[in-house]
Amino acid sequence: MELVAKARAGNRRALARLITLVEAGDAQAQTALAALYPYTGHAHIVGVTGAPGTGKSTLVTQLALHWRSLGRTVAVLAVDPTSPFSGGAILGDRIRMQSLGGDSGCYIRSMASRGSLGGLSRATGDAVKVLDAAGFDIVIVETVGAGQAEVEIAREAHSVVVVEVPGMGDDIQAIKAGILEIADVFVVNKADREGVERTVRQLQMMLHLGSGEHRDGWEPPIVQTVSNTGKNIAEAAAAVERHFEHLKNNNLLELRERERIEREWKMIMRESLLRQLLQRLEPQQYEQLLNQMAERQLDPYAAAKQAIETVLELS
Amino acid sequence: MGNQITTDAGIPVEPIYRDTDRQPEPDAGQFPYTRGIYPTMYRGRLWTMRQYAGFASAHETNERFRYLLGQGQMGLSVAFDLPTQLGLDSDDPRAEGEVGKVGVAIDSIDDMATLFAGIPLDKVSTSMTINAPASVLLLLYELVGAQQGAASKTLTGTIQNDILKEYAARGTYIFPPRPSMRLITDTFAYCAERIPRWNTISISGYHIREAGATAVQELAFTLANGIAYVQAAIDAGLHVDEFGPRLSFFFNAHNNFFEEIAKFRAARRMWATIMRERFGASDERALTLRFHTQTGGSTLTSQQPLNNVVRVTLQALAAVMGGTQSLHTNGFDEALSLPTTEAATLALRTQQVIAYESGVTASADPLGGSYLVESMTDEIEQRALALIRHIDDLGGAVRAVEDGFIQAQIMDTAYEYQNRVESGEQLVIGVNKFVTDDAPVPIFKPNEAVAAEQCAKLAKLRAERDQAAVDAALADLQRAAEGTANVLEPMREALSRRATVGEVCGVLRTMWGEYRPDVAI
Amino acid sequence: MERPIRVLVAKPGLDGHDRGAKVIARALRDAGMEVIYTGLQQTPQMIVEAALQEDVDCIGLSILSGAHMTLLPKITTMLRENDGADILVVAGGIISDEDALTLRNEHGIAGIFGPGSSTHAIIDFIREHVQRSSVEG
Repeated sequence: MELVAKARAGNRRALARLITLVEAGDAQAQTALAALYPYTGHAHIVGVTGAPGTGKSTLVTQLALHWRSLGRTVAVLAVDPTSPFSGGAILGDRIRMQSLGGDSGCYIRSMASRGSLGGLSRATGDAVKVLDAAGFDIVIVETVGAGQAEVEIAREAHSVVVVEVPGMGDDIQAIKAGILEIADVFVVNKADREGVERTVRQLQMMLHLGSGEHRDGWEPPIVQTVSNTGKNIAEAAAAVERHFEHLKNNNLLELRERERIEREWKMIMRESLLRQLLQRLEPQQYEQLLNQMAERQLDPYAAAKQAIETVLELS
Repeated sequence: MGNQITTDAGIPVEPIYRDTDRQPEPDAGQFPYTRGIYPTMYRGRLWTMRQYAGFASAHETNERFRYLLGQGQMGLSVAFDLPTQLGLDSDDPRAEGEVGKVGVAIDSIDDMATLFAGIPLDKVSTSMTINAPASVLLLLYELVGAQQGAASKTLTGTIQNDILKEYAARGTYIFPPRPSMRLITDTFAYCAERIPRWNTISISGYHIREAGATAVQELAFTLANGIAYVQAAIDAGLHVDEFGPRLSFFFNAHNNFFEEIAKFRAARRMWATIMRERFGASDERALTLRFHTQTGGSTLTSQQPLNNVVRVTLQALAAVMGGTQSLHTNGFDEALSLPTTEAATLALRTQQVIAYESGVTASADPLGGSYLVESMTDEIEQRALALIRHIDDLGGAVRAVEDGFIQAQIMDTAYEYQNRVESGEQLVIGVNKFVTDDAPVPIFKPNEAVAAEQCAKLAKLRAERDQAAVDAALADLQRAAEGTANVLEPMREALSRRATVGEVCGVLRTMWGEYRPDVAI
Repeated sequence: MERPIRVLVAKPGLDGHDRGAKVIARALRDAGMEVIYTGLQQTPQMIVEAALQEDVDCIGLSILSGAHMTLLPKITTMLRENDGADILVVAGGIISDEDALTLRNEHGIAGIFGPGSSTHAIIDFIREHVQRSSVEG
């Protein structure tokens, strides 16, 4: 595929087109992904997630600038929710990323969540593959961290940064959002604000209240940053890198990758099987089963069994 | 029951208002000054007719100033071009296409001297719409005054210097909020000592309203910003009765006639109470809210532009009946371009007809005691106070701006308004009602040669001046910015040695960084 | 499912009046489009770079400073030079009829919307005029 070759050669327009293509997820996308896949598996994929107002985008910008200053290439995938009412979205993260402009070693792409949970992590995962194959050393995936969908995306990363700020009510936002356990690094941003000690203390307490056993034998460090001034950004970046080293040194990276690939594979099979099943089911039978369930003559399990058996007999 | 009728801010309006047991407001000139800040108001002295003007080069603007003064205008109001407002020299790459467009280009003391040539600075009062680099332009004004032989103590006028509303609504900020607040308190301190008659800030609701806010939001956000400035000055060690009298305000006047008048009355009462109760001010001049008004630019339509003459008249009348201290009336063609000389003259004549023919100036607060206006004043005050309390809860106006709360509130209202216009619920004559084909009107043509002239002047200036002296002064400024010394002293020294506006702001940019917004749409 | 139209909304030049740009951004979102909002003080280089990285179908520019005759043609020229001539470019703000004619006829600005334009008119214009170019591999 010519686009893949162009994108790997550094053509930004081709790269941008490829992401549009895989995002759409049609047959053409699969051809593209097939061509890309051999080149993936080299980037360090970093998830950054946190509630609105935590200064994620500024933090991501500062991290990217830091890694650029060390000569590493960085791509940013900024994911924002699609409006459930109109299907549209306003993607405003680029505003805070302007200092990354004009640098050919840096690429920013805004993505809307568009629809279903599974669909989102698939589209994001595929966009990450494009950026990985295009040769970026680090791919940052920034998400709002408010719901399960965002947690799913963050889980696809090697290292997950959860961003908190002091003084957003009494609660640690990560607990509210159920994302405490996915964090590999905690960043308490806007640490020049009052209440920072309290937030750090709460996080420490939550971490030690847990099972006592940390995932992968890694205790998530807590880094205090002020992303507006760049304070402690180097420390935050170092913590992320230390986590990646930890994964590599303990053969965990390979394990995580295998798990991730397995999850993805199963998800694709699930989606594909369902699609094929629905294609082969006679429309009349489909309607009939639906009606029977609606009239409470048939339960959904029995209906599913009937549908699958009919299709398997036909095939 | 007919349909519910509300003001622009959504306040329900009754079919008729009746007497209540409400205590009458004290007379004008008495606390809380609801009815006006002076006992006799316009009988004693008319408001200052102050038309905002400025375009192209200092030389051309100087000619327009002298023309306006000759036509009976009483004070000057300088519009600067965007590069100047952002602390960029005319030869900066970012200034391309912008030099001399929305105002006059000022790069150095040479331009400032040209701008006021033949205008004695100890005789006129000058308002400058300048914010992020307000201190720089004020110092240039002081230096030009000195060249003319006018002592700093005799200078009168206003710098806008209101950075919080730049983040919230107007968008011409340079530095982040915290160092910007320090620059403002440094300016307060400098003026208290050297230019005591200068209004050091014009706390502005005008642009907040233009960005989409309602009258209530305009009032609440403006006074919340005022509270933040007063607190910052007190925290910097200044005394409220010393700087308080130099604070001034700047409001908008839109079409909803009684609501606007009630807004001005509520503003005076609220500010007097805030200054006395919250900050312990006792000097009467620190309690009285003095304000400039400009008619609403966003209410002007490019369709049937002559209709704007009527809108401007209504709005100007509301400002006068609301007790404004100075007034700018917009040109009817300003939805199309900067005003032509004819449109600017007609705008000034509008004020003169109100002042000299309408008779509304004879009594202070002519609508005081109107059941409707008093009720509306109370309602606006209560709603605005509730919003101010909310901002206090968020941690004050600086934090509310940093967190995007104020921006989001304004944006929500702007979008609702647009939808009401498009659904026909809000009527705009000539736009969604009584629509006709427009006959073209003459349009102001800017002088495109200014940019090249400014760049040539800058090249000449940089070649002529004593560069070592400039460098030394800029280094002094850098040291002051790093520490806590007042930055205005070293700034004045650098500007007097012909450092440019861009160079002075450049030093501060390096030290303090540039602001990047956290935008909520 | 048809993919949503992607639009970059930006303010070239130095003026800070972003009410119009933000209202349009919201209206486009509510019409089902994906809006990449880049905000104030955007140079032509920044706008073109963002448009290409984001693979947008349309660029919406809002400018009230009077610098449109300098900045807008620069943007369309740079788009052409960077293989982005297929991107629809529309503009809004205070632009005289005479300037609008020149921008449309000579500089590839497809639509120009002055004060008082309805958001519906802008949405319809974009829907009608974007080229949903298929991606050739």
